[in-house]
Order: sequence, then structure tokens, then C-alpha cells
Amino acid sequence: MFKILKYSFFDLMRSRWSYVYFAFYLVLGFVLLFLNNDVDKAIITLLNIIIVLTPLIGTIFGVMYYYNSKEFTELLLAQPIKRSKIFMGQYLGISISLTLSMILGLGIPFVAYGLFRSAAIFNFSLLLLVGAFLNFIFVALAFNIALSNENKIKGFGFAILMWLFLAVIYDGVFLISLVFLNEYPLDKFSLIATMFNPIDLSRILILLKLDISALLGYTGAVFKNFFGTNMGLLTSLGILMLWVIIPVWRINRKLRKKDF
Amino acid sequence: MRSFLLLFLLLQFTLQAKTIEVCASCKVNTIKEAVDIAVDGDTILIRKGVYKEHKININRAIHIIGEGRPVIDGEGKTESIFAIKADGFSISGLKLINVGMSYTKEIAGFFVSHSTNFFIKDNLLDQVFYGFILQRVKYGVIQNNMITGKAVNETSAGNGIHLWKCNNVRIEQNSITGMRDGIYFEFVSKSHISDNKSFKNIRYGLHFMFSNNDEYHHNEFRNNGAGVAVMYSKFIKMHHNTFHFNWGSASYGLLLKEINDAEIENNIFEQNTIGINIDGCNRINYRNNHFIRNGWALRFTGGCYANIFEFNNFMNNALDLSYNSRLNDNKFEGNYWSEYSGYDLDKNGIGDVPFRPVKLFSYVVNKTPEAIVLLRSLFVDIINFSEKVSPVFTPDNLVDPKPLMKEIKM
Repeated sequence: MFKILKYSFFDLMRSRWSYVYFAFYLVLGFVLLFLNNDVDKAIITLLNIIIVLTPLIGTIFGVMYYYNSKEFTELLLAQPIKRSKIFMGQYLGISISLTLSMILGLGIPFVAYGLFRSAAIFNFSLLLLVGAFLNFIFVALAFNIALSNENKIKGFGFAILMWLFLAVIYDGVFLISLVFLNEYPLDKFSLIATMFNPIDLSRILILLKLDISALLGYTGAVFKNFFGTNMGLLTSLGILMLWVIIPVWRINRKLRKKDF
Repeated sequence: MRSFLLLFLLLQFTLQAKTIEVCASCKVNTIKEAVDIAVDGDTILIRKGVYKEHKININRAIHIIGEGRPVIDGEGKTESIFAIKADGFSISGLKLINVGMSYTKEIAGFFVSHSTNFFIKDNLLDQVFYGFILQRVKYGVIQNNMITGKAVNETSAGNGIHLWKCNNVRIEQNSITGMRDGIYFEFVSKSHISDNKSFKNIRYGLHFMFSNNDEYHHNEFRNNGAGVAVMYSKFIKMHHNTFHFNWGSASYGLLLKEINDAEIENNIFEQNTIGINIDGCNRINYRNNHFIRNGWALRFTGGCYANIFEFNNFMNNALDLSYNSRLNDNKFEGNYWSEYSGYDLDKNGIGDVPFRPVKLFSYVVNKTPEAIVLLRSLFVDIINFSEKVSPVFTPDNLVDPKPLMKEIKM
């Protein structure tokens, strides 16, 4: 597995797209800090970008890589190696290289602007952690889609649709249901609804540390008691972890029966 | 001129007031005794030491000076330490501790009633139920006192400086913490509150009720349970104050309820859940205020008419403005909004496109508070954008026609 991980990792590291992705974050980080000159404020802006873009890039990269390396994969499958090892190697290779691009791309400008001297270091590391989680989750989801669809166009379509659903449509439906069910106590409902969308969950996780904590408390004790504590943080991270484990488990299950 | 001087000297000699010393080994060893023998104009000098006394009644124009900060211990008795009913007295340099708590009586370190022309300064008050209670007093000064308490809940705690039916009082340079309300005004007029620090009080840093023509400025209100509340008052001037870190589920920097004809200028509102909560307030001018990183910078509830917001900075607030109706009679002009994304082609420092401070999302949150969990979601950005292009739900005349391109320097 590690050999395959190494191959796909270095393959991706050599590819142009990793550099483009890295450079994008690098430029973004510097521009944000140049415009704001305040690490704290830059983190809020960065949050908006990370929760939208990281899943998108993860999804597209995941699907693209699967379809592009299909021939090589088939070649590997002819060898006496376990299927799960091949695919887990590839999956980890993509996820780790994407995460590395993000962490380095954002880390360098923030460190250069004095992150270590700022109190925002905890928020920033949480942001990177959440970004890393989103990478792992969405690459896994993309692999799931690609494995289930032999047709490239269909696979891409579904992948983009999944991203669109989780990033935009889900929130829309959520908001409409909140407005529609206005007369009922909604705090528990919205708490649970956020758990079913990794993008929402990561957004709230960061916002709690930045500006939303008191605003949430305004609406009801349920939020405050849940999100305001360390227990809430740990639970949220645990659920993000589940969002990684379940798709990965499904990849492995799918692999066992798939006829290549 | 010379005869005047002579007369003055003569008066000095004939009216020479005496000084009474109080200490453990002096002839007079309790403050009560000293107060009893003193006559108008006398000075009582209290030497360093601990005096276990309470219910010290003062009804003459005497001057009490503490030397080396003597401690007066009320021993938790349910009586005020000083009960004063006199004109022209002064007290300074004391430390008052342990005033007992009562649910039925008003007990304070200094209980002053029906007095005029007095001066209470440089005292420390620790673990007092109420710090100062002033009733029906005029022309008094409370200066440079430090009041600390350990209030647990609102019912069993008292206020730092409590004024009822007073006028022309000055409250200056005091520091108040751990009480119920830092400073409380009820039926107080023509008074000034300046340069005070009120922090970590369990209810309000400053609380105004039915008090007209007052002014408060250069104060700092920090980490109070619910911020500062100004209610049912007219002609109040509030300027150069700092309201910050009033962060919690029911907190605001400043709560205005039924306030008319006030001036709010040069204040800083930083990191409050709600910067200013405006409820039924009319004809108020807001100028040169800075709203920095609040949850809501301004939140309107109830009908508000003819308010003017000019030259304020709105920087990095989660929501700049929350508005409860579709009608708007308030004027927003020439403010700086950090969310403004317009351009300035003629380079006159004023944006060419009007700014709409009320977002659709803040309208939705007003209707359904739970929707706040969607803050900063991509979907919310999209609906805000579409509402900005063609307003349907938010008042269409609530615009800042001349938004500034650059923030106003403090």
C-alpha cells in the first residue's frame, strides 16, 4: 500500500496541477494579508474560501485522477496485490498531496506575517485541520462516485452535482425549511441538520471560534450548550471523522464486488 | 482690597475649625465619637487602623480624611457604614469593607440623602452590598473611588453607585466591578458621568431610567453581563465612551429603549453581540461612532423615527444592520461600511453606488433566529447578492446614498 501511496503521491507532486493549486493558495494568502494586514480578519475571509473551494477541488481532483489513471490501475490489478491496497494507496496519495498544497500554500504567508506572534494561531490551525478533513472527505466521496460510474461524463456530472448539493442546495433547503417551520422549536432540528453536511459542520466549527458563538447563544440554549463547549468541538471533529470513514469503507466494499 | 484681606484673615481666626484625630491610642478612638463631638467645619483625621463600626450618622458639614487608608469594617451587619444627611461635607481616603446584604433594606458603604455640595473621593469599597446610595441630593461629586464586589445573582446583589432623584451630580474616575449594575440612575437630571471604568458587573455597566438632560463621556464599559442600558430618558449626551466585549446570549454594547433627542458621538463599540439595540427611539444623532467586529452593529426593534446616522465606521460586523419593518424614516448618509464593494470614479472619496446595509439574511434571521447557523454560507451570499440587485423584502429606501470609500480615522 505504501509503495502505491508513494507512487501516486510523487506522481501528483510532479504534476502541474499540484503546483497551480499550491501557488493559488500562496497568492491568496499573501493577497489577503496584504489587504487586511490583520491575521484575525484574514482568517474569516479565508474561511469563506476554504469551505467552498476545498471540497470543489477535492471532488474534481478525485474524479479526474480516478479516470485518468484507470489504465495504470488496471495494470496494477493484474498483479498479485490486494485491491483495497491499490485504491487506498491512490486515495491517500491524492488526499495527502492536496492537503499538503493547502497547508503549505496558506501556512507560508501566514507564518511570514507573524502568525506565531498572534493569538489567532489556534483558529488558524483549526481552519487548516478542517480544510484537511474536507479534502479527505470529498476525495473519498469522489472516488465513490467514480467507482460507481464507468461513464466518465456521468461521473463528472454526479461529482459536480454532489458538490453543488452540499455547498449550496442543502443550505437553501435548510433555510427554507427553517422559515417554513417557523412555529416549531427548531434548535434541535438545525443542530442535527448541520451534522448531515460536512461543509456546514466545518463552517460552524470555525465560526464558533470566531464570531458566531454569541450570536448562536442568542437563539437558544441548545446551540450554546452543544457548540460552546470542548465536548461540542470533539463531537464535531468526531463526526467529520465519520464522514471520512464511511465513504472509505464504502469504497472498500464496492471494490470487493466490482468487475473491472 | 487691603481691608478685604484683613476681613478675610479676621474671619480665618475667628472661624478656625479644629481637627479631631482618631486612632486606637488617641483620646478619641472611634469614628462615631469623633463625629458626635465635631461641629460644622471641623476635620476628622482617621489614622491607619481597623475600625469595626457601622451606622455612623453624619449631619454636619464636617471633613473626614483617612490617613494611610484606615479600614472601616461593617462586619456584615445590615446597616450602612456611613449614613449622611448634611450639606458641604467631604470624605476621602477610607477603605470600607463588609457591608451586609439584605433583601428588604437598602444598605450601602455611603448612604447619602437630602444633601448638597459634598465631595466623596479616593475611597476603596470592597465586598459592599451597595457602594453608594444617593437620594435626593444635589451638587455632589463622587470621584476616584474603587468599588469591588462578588455579586452572584441579580436578586442578592446591589449597585456600585446608585442615584435616585438627584440632580447636578458628578461621577468621575471611579472603577466599579463585580456589582449588579455599575452605575444606576433613576430620576436623575443634569448630571455628568465621566472617565469611569465599569467592568464585569453581572447586569449593566451603566443603567439609566427616567433620567433627562444627563451626559456621560470617556467611560469604559467592558465584559458586563448585558452591557449598558439607557431607558425612558430624554436629552442624553453620550460621547467618547468605549463599549466592548459584552459578548453573550443576551448582551449588547448599548441598549436604547424609548430614548428621544439624544446625541451619540465618538463612541467605540467593539466585539459586542449587539452594538446598539435601538427600541422605539426618535430623533437621535449618531455621529463618528466606530462599530468594530460586533455580531450585529445596529439592531432596530420597535418603531424608530427621524434618527440620523452620519460618518460612522462599520467594520467587520457579522451583520451591520437588522431592521424590523419595511418602512424607514431614518437617515443613513456618509458612513463607511467595510462590506461596501462599489467604486468611486470621480475620486471624491464617496462611492458612486449607494450601499444597502440591510441584507436579506439579516431579515431572515430576524424572522427565524435559528437561521443564524447559516451565517457565511455560500447560499446566503447568493441570496444576499440577489436581494442587493433587486430589493424585495428589505426596505428599499434604506440606503446610504453617499458611502465613504475610506474608513474614518479615530
